[in-house]
Amino acid sequence: MENNFLLTYLILLPLIGAFALLFISQEKASAIRFTGLTFSALTFVVSLFVYFGFDHSSPDFQFIHKFEWIKGLNVYYFVGVDGLSLLLVLLTTFLTPLTLISSWSSIEHKIKEFTFFMLLLETGMIGVFVSLDLFLFYIFWEAMLIPMYFIIGIWGGKERIYAAIKFFLYTMFGSLLMLVAIVWLAVFASGSLGYFTTDITQLYQVAPTITRDIQLWMFLAFGLSFAIKVPLFPLHTWLPDAHVQAPTAGSVILAGVLLKMGTYGLLRFNLPLFPDASLYFAPFFSILAVIGIIYGALVAMVQTDMKKLVAYSSVSHLGFVVLGIFAMTQESVQGAVIQMINHGLSTGALFLLVGVIYERTHTREIADYGGIAKLVPFFAFSLMFASLSSIGLPGLNGFVGEFLILIGSFRSGVLNSWWFTVFAATGVIFAAVYLLWMYQRVVFGEVKNPSLNGLKDMNAREIFVMIPIFIFILWIGIYPSTFLKVSEKTSAKIIHQVFNPVQTAEKLINKR
Amino acid sequence: MRELIYLTVLLPLAGFLINGIFGSRIKNEKVIGTIGSGVIGISFLIALGAFFETLALPVEQRQLIVTLFTWLDVGGLNVSFAYQVDQLSLVMALIVTGVGFVIHVYSIGYMHGDKGFWRFFAYLNLFIFAMMNLILADNFVLLFLGWEGVGLCSYLLIGFWYDRKFEKSTTSDAAKKAFIVNRIGDFGFLLGMFLIFLTFGSLNFNEVFSKANTFSVSASIYGFITLFLFIGATGKSAQIPLYVWLPDAMAGPTPVSALIHAATMVTAGVYMVARCSVLFASAPQIMTVVAIIGLMTAFFAATIGIVQNDIKKVLAYSTISQLGYMFLAMGVGAFSAGIFHVMTHAFFKALLFLGAGSVIHAMHEEQDIQRYGGLKKYMPQTAITFLIAALAISGIPPLSGFFSKDEILWYSFSNGSFILWLVGVITALMTAFYMFRLYFLTFEGKERFGHDKHPHESPKVMTIPLIILAVLSVIGGFVGIPEVFSGEHGNQFHNWLAPIFKDADRKLMHFGLHSHFEEILLMVISVIGASASILLARYIYLKKPEIASRTASRFKGVYNLLWNKYFIDEIYDAVIVSPTVMISKNVLWKIADNRIIDGTVNGVAKLIEILSATIRKVQTGVAQLYALVMVLGIAAALLWIILSF
Repeated sequence: MENNFLLTYLILLPLIGAFALLFISQEKASAIRFTGLTFSALTFVVSLFVYFGFDHSSPDFQFIHKFEWIKGLNVYYFVGVDGLSLLLVLLTTFLTPLTLISSWSSIEHKIKEFTFFMLLLETGMIGVFVSLDLFLFYIFWEAMLIPMYFIIGIWGGKERIYAAIKFFLYTMFGSLLMLVAIVWLAVFASGSLGYFTTDITQLYQVAPTITRDIQLWMFLAFGLSFAIKVPLFPLHTWLPDAHVQAPTAGSVILAGVLLKMGTYGLLRFNLPLFPDASLYFAPFFSILAVIGIIYGALVAMVQTDMKKLVAYSSVSHLGFVVLGIFAMTQESVQGAVIQMINHGLSTGALFLLVGVIYERTHTREIADYGGIAKLVPFFAFSLMFASLSSIGLPGLNGFVGEFLILIGSFRSGVLNSWWFTVFAATGVIFAAVYLLWMYQRVVFGEVKNPSLNGLKDMNAREIFVMIPIFIFILWIGIYPSTFLKVSEKTSAKIIHQVFNPVQTAEKLINKR
Repeated sequence: MRELIYLTVLLPLAGFLINGIFGSRIKNEKVIGTIGSGVIGISFLIALGAFFETLALPVEQRQLIVTLFTWLDVGGLNVSFAYQVDQLSLVMALIVTGVGFVIHVYSIGYMHGDKGFWRFFAYLNLFIFAMMNLILADNFVLLFLGWEGVGLCSYLLIGFWYDRKFEKSTTSDAAKKAFIVNRIGDFGFLLGMFLIFLTFGSLNFNEVFSKANTFSVSASIYGFITLFLFIGATGKSAQIPLYVWLPDAMAGPTPVSALIHAATMVTAGVYMVARCSVLFASAPQIMTVVAIIGLMTAFFAATIGIVQNDIKKVLAYSTISQLGYMFLAMGVGAFSAGIFHVMTHAFFKALLFLGAGSVIHAMHEEQDIQRYGGLKKYMPQTAITFLIAALAISGIPPLSGFFSKDEILWYSFSNGSFILWLVGVITALMTAFYMFRLYFLTFEGKERFGHDKHPHESPKVMTIPLIILAVLSVIGGFVGIPEVFSGEHGNQFHNWLAPIFKDADRKLMHFGLHSHFEEILLMVISVIGASASILLARYIYLKKPEIASRTASRFKGVYNLLWNKYFIDEIYDAVIVSPTVMISKNVLWKIADNRIIDGTVNGVAKLIEILSATIRKVQTGVAQLYALVMVLGIAAALLWIILSF
C-alpha cells in the first residue's frame, strides 16, 4: 500500500508551530497568539481533508503511513485512522484552536510557553489516536503528560503543584504496567510469528490466542492505565483536583480529549486484543461504570465550586461511555463513541463558560452568584444550552449518546441483566438535578452580590468560541448520522473481534 | 393538506427562531405577538384542512405517515423524524393548535408591557413545536423528544419571571421541581421504551402495535412495559405520586398555566396511554392500576381543591383531579371517552385559567379569592364566561363537560365497578362544589378588596379568546352525544376514534350487558348531585359565609391536613430530597471521596515517601561505610557460594 503522508502532516503541524514560536520574541504577545492559532487552525483544515477522504464503508485503517523505525525490535512508525480514531482526531483538532482563542485574555503571563505547550499537547493527542504501533502509541501517550503537567503546574490555581504532580504520578503509575504488558505482548508475538512486533494490526491476529488466564492479567495491565485516564470509579480523585486547578484551556482539553484516551484505549486495545478477558471483565467494569454514573452525579450535586461540579459530572458521563463499551452491542458501542464526542463538546462548553465568568469575577463559588440572567443574558442562554446538552435533552447531542448506550446495554447479551441499564438510567434524573440546581443558583433569582453589578456579557471573541460548539451540539442531536456513519463499521468490527477472535494456527497448536 | 402536516411542527419552530433570535431587537409587541400567534394560527388551519381531508377518506386510508429524514439508524434501531396523521393525532393537533392559538392571542394582551414579551412568545412557540412532535410522532423516540421538549418549555415558562418570589420559595424552585419530577417519570418512560425495543425489535408505533397483535408475549412483559410507560404518564400528567410539581407550576404566567398546565401538555400522558392502548389492553392488571391511580388522584386532588384560597391553586388541583378522570377512563378501557374529556377539558379549563388571568390582571396580581368578591359588575364578560366554564366542568347538561364526564362515569360503572363509579361521582360533586365556591367568592357577594384596587374588564384581545372558549365549552360536547340519546348514529366522536382503539377493544372484550335505563339513571343521579352541590356552595359562600369558617374550625385537623395538601411535599422532602443531599454531601463526598478514596491515594504516596525517607538514610556519603558494606557483601556472597556446594 502506498504511504499517505496526511496523518504525519497532522502530527507535525502543531509541532512545527511550537518550534516556530521559539523564534518569536516573548514581548510580541499577539504575534505568538496568532502563530499558535494559525498552526492549530491549519491542523484542523488538514484533518478535514482526512475526513473528506475517509471511506466510511470500510472498517479498515486508512491513510496509512508506515516505515521501519527501530530495526532490531521491528518497531515501526505506523499511523492510520479508522472511524473511531478519525472522530477523536477531529474532536482534538476542533477543540484546540477554540481553546487557544478562549485563552486570549485569560492567559497573560508566559504566553509563549503556554502556546508552545498547547501545540505540543495537540501533537501528542493526535499521535495517540493515530498510532498503530504500540511502541509509538506509548511514546505519544507518555509525551502528552509533559505539556499537560506544565499547563496545570504553571498556569493553574492555588494548589496547582499538588494537582499537577498527582495527575502526573497517577497516570504514570498506570502506564508503567501498560509498558510491561506491551513488552510481554511483543515477546509473545515473536513466539508465534517468529519476530518481535508491536504492530497492532498483527497483534489483533495473534493476541487473542493468548490463554485466558494470561489474557486476564494483560487486560488488567492495559485496563488499569485506561481506567485511570477515563477515570473509572474509584480511580477518579485526580480529576477534580486537576480540573479545578487547571486553567480553562487545560480543563477543556483535559475533559474534552484526554479522558477519551482512556475509553479509546479500551476500544482500541483491550477489547480486540483480549476478547476472552473482555467478556470476563465486562460485568465488573460495567458495575464500576454504573457506580460512577450515580456516584459522580450525587457528588457533583453537592459541590460548591462550579468547576468541581463539572469535573464530577465527567465521572458520571464517562461512566455511560464505559458501560456502552462493555455492553458490546452495536447500539451501545456506537453510543459510546458518539458520547465521547458529545462529552467533549458539552463539557468543553461548560468549562469554557465557567472560565468566561471566572475571568470576570475571579470566583467559582456557586454561592457568590445569583440573578445574573439579567446582567449577562447571552451567557445565561449559553449556560442553559450547554447544560441541556449535558442533561441529555432529546434534540441535542447528549441524548443520542445516552439513549444508544442505554438501549444497547438493555439488550446486551454480555451483561445479560436489566439492572445495569435501570441503575444507569437514574443518571438521567441526577444530571438534571445537579445542573439545573447549579443553574438556578447562578443565573436565576435576584442579584444579591453587589460586586456582580456591572458584569459584562460575553464579548464577540467568546461568542465566536461557543457558536461552533453549539452548532455541533445541535447537529449531532438532530442528524447524528453524519457522525455515526463514520464509526459504524469500526464499531461493528470491534464487536466482531470480541465475539469471533481470529483462529490462528497458534491456537490450534496450543489445543493440540 | 395531509402531506403538509409537518408544517404544523415547523411553523412554530420558525416562530420560535424568529422571536428568539430577533425578538429583543424587534421590540414592537404587535409584531412579535403577530408572528407568535400567526404561526400557530396557520398551523391550526393546516391541521383543520388535514382533518377535513381525512374525514372525506374511507376509514382504511385515514392513516398517513410523512417522513422527513432518518434520525437514529444504529444496529436494530431505526427511527425518523416522521409525522403521523390519523384520527387520534388529528384530534390532538386540533386541540393543541386551536386552543393554543386562542391562548397566544390572549397573551398579547396579558403580557403587554412585560420586558420579556419576546422571550415569552418564543418559549410559547417552542412549546407548540415540542407538543406537535409529541402528538404527531410515528415512533416512541420522537414522541419522547416532544415529551422532554414540552417539559423544557414548561420549565422555562414556570421560571419565566426568574427573579420573583413564589409562596415560600421562588419561581425558579418551582421550575426546577417541575423538570426534575418530570424526569423521574421520564426515567420510567425510557425503561418502557427499552423493553418495547427488546420485545418487539422496533420503536415505531405501527410496527410495535401490529406485532403486539401477532407476537406471543408473556403477560408479565406487557405488565412491565405498560407499568414503565404509566410511570412516565404520572410524571407528565401529574398523577399520584408525581403530581406535586403541578400546583407549584402556577408560578408561571397565567396563559402558561392555561396552555401547558391545563389544556395541552399535562394531557400528554393520557394521549400516550391512548396511543399505546393495545399494549395496555394486554396488561389487565396494569389497567386496573391506571384506573385506581386515576381515581385516587381525582378524589384527593378534589379534596385539596375545596379549601385552597389561591385562585390558580384551586384550578391547579382541579386540573389534577380532571386528569385523574381521564386516567380512570383509560384504566377501564374507555379510551375514546378519555380523549373526549381531554378535548372538553381543554376548552373549559383553558377558559377558567384565562378567566382567572383576567381577574388577576384586574386585581393587580392579587390571587387570594378571600380578597375578591362582587367582581361581576366590574368585569361581566369574564364573569359570564367563567360561569359557563364552571358549569361545564361541573357536568351540567348540555355543556361539554357533562357529556365527557358522564361517559367516563358510565364506563367506570359498566366496564369497572360500582365503587369506581361511586367515588367518581363523589369527586364530581366536590368538583361542582369547589368550582362554585370559587365562582361565588370571586364574582358574587360582597366586595372584600381594598380601595387601592380598581377592577376593570380586560381588553378585547383578552375577552374575545374567553368568548371563543366559552362557545366551545358549550357546544364542544355535541360531537360526543352518547348512543342513548343519539340513537342509530351512535357516538360520533367514539366512531371517529374507533379504528385506533379497535385492537385494544377486541383484547378487552367488554360486553355491553347494561341497559339504557341504568345509564340514564346514573346520569340523572350525577346531574342532580352536581346541581345540589352548586346550590350548597351558593348557600354557604353567598348566604351564610360564617358556616365555612365554623366548619373549618370545628374540623380543624381535617382542614389543616387539606390546607397543607396532606403534607406530601414535606414528606417527600424529609424522606427523599433532604436525605439524598445530606448523604451525598456528608457521606459520599466528604467521607467516601475525600477521606477513603483520595485518602488511600494520598496514603500510598505518603507511604512511599516515608519508605524512601527511611531507605535514603543508607546513602550517608561516607566512603568508608560503603567500603565496609561492599566487603561484607562479598563475604556473604562467597559464604553463600561455598555453602551451596
